[in-house]
Amino acid sequence: MTDTADLIRAVEQADTPPRLLVAVKTLAKAQDEAGIPTLIAVLGYNNPVAAEIAIDGLIQMGSASVQPLITLLDEYNYGARAYSIRALAAIADPRALDVLLASAATDFAPSVRRAAAKGLGSLHWDLLDSSLRSTAQAQAIETLSSIAQDADWSIRYAAIVGLQGLANLPELREAIAPVFEQTAQDADAAVRARVALATQTSP
Amino acid sequence: MDDEDDRTELGGYPLRRNAARALGKLGDRSAVSGLIRSLDCPDFYVREAAAQSLELLRDPAATPALMKLLEGGVSGAMPIPGRPHLAEPYESVMEALGAIGASEAVSLVEPFLQHPIPRVQFAALRSMYQLTGDETYGQRLVQALSEGDVKQKRIVLADLGAIGYLPAAEAIARSDAENSFKLLALKGLIEAHAAELLSTDSIRVLNLMDNLL
Repeated sequence: MTDTADLIRAVEQADTPPRLLVAVKTLAKAQDEAGIPTLIAVLGYNNPVAAEIAIDGLIQMGSASVQPLITLLDEYNYGARAYSIRALAAIADPRALDVLLASAATDFAPSVRRAAAKGLGSLHWDLLDSSLRSTAQAQAIETLSSIAQDADWSIRYAAIVGLQGLANLPELREAIAPVFEQTAQDADAAVRARVALATQTSP
Repeated sequence: MDDEDDRTELGGYPLRRNAARALGKLGDRSAVSGLIRSLDCPDFYVREAAAQSLELLRDPAATPALMKLLEGGVSGAMPIPGRPHLAEPYESVMEALGAIGASEAVSLVEPFLQHPIPRVQFAALRSMYQLTGDETYGQRLVQALSEGDVKQKRIVLADLGAIGYLPAAEAIARSDAENSFKLLALKGLIEAHAAELLSTDSIRVLNLMDNLL
């Protein structure tokens, strides 16, 4: 049985890309919480293949990855930040709500904003105390409705994807319907098509 | 477009370049004759901006003047010593002819498939696909997505988006480039087939786009 500390050292000391990939794969497969900060560090190595492996490992560890992903969010490297937000969106733990709201609304990197907007639509709301749930959902709808008017078409597109996720909840549908109505007139055909798809599957 | 005052050290016309670019974005057909005249401007960048604007305006009246810039063929399409560009803005010219649908230009565009510079080949492929509808050219662009460095892949992604080549959707989504470039290319596929907003094809493309967010 290899010690996780050895696996972490193997990642940190990998001196060629192939060695790095093997080391990250092994660490991700070990599914040991002690390896989480190292897997998060890999997201900032500027190596997309290694990052994808690390992301999968973090997502599989689910709940345990959430707080470290939030705490260690890379303020300087937006590529790393986009990976972290994608991991948080996939894990869908509502503890990530605040960071997803802020990222969707104000991050300067479109890739980060898109990942956050999509994530806001698919959080596991049932993990949230029922007294907090409707406020949290209202915040998500408010942020997504606002960025559904963004100047960048890809942000508007991601907002629609997020809103579609929320509109799957019957009690939220009424609040979201006017946004779909408005964005159905979007200047970009891709956004209009996405609205059509969203309203088709959530009538 | 006839400004003589604003000149660079090398004799360029910055004001004319900006004017030529802006005229395409305005989408006003009355700009076409001025842009056609600008294809004769001694400044390469004015000719390039004019060709790009004529691509946006898609007026067949520009076809003869655009074709003239290709007449030197591949042997004339060589780098200008001391400058970062070829003798003419071949890529923009071929792309404009493709967008206009100037089928009479096929025999002038075709030789550029053999040009030694990959991005000129890609522009020729893109144009030939638009002019002939022959799938072979689209497939060759898809093939190019699995070759070359990331810079080249970004160019090919833009080309596939511009021609709206639906069979490329999965290859675009899989390609080894940033999600922003892949999303933009897939958006091009949707736009090219926007007459029916929700077809089986567009839903397929939208699902690929969702996975890139």
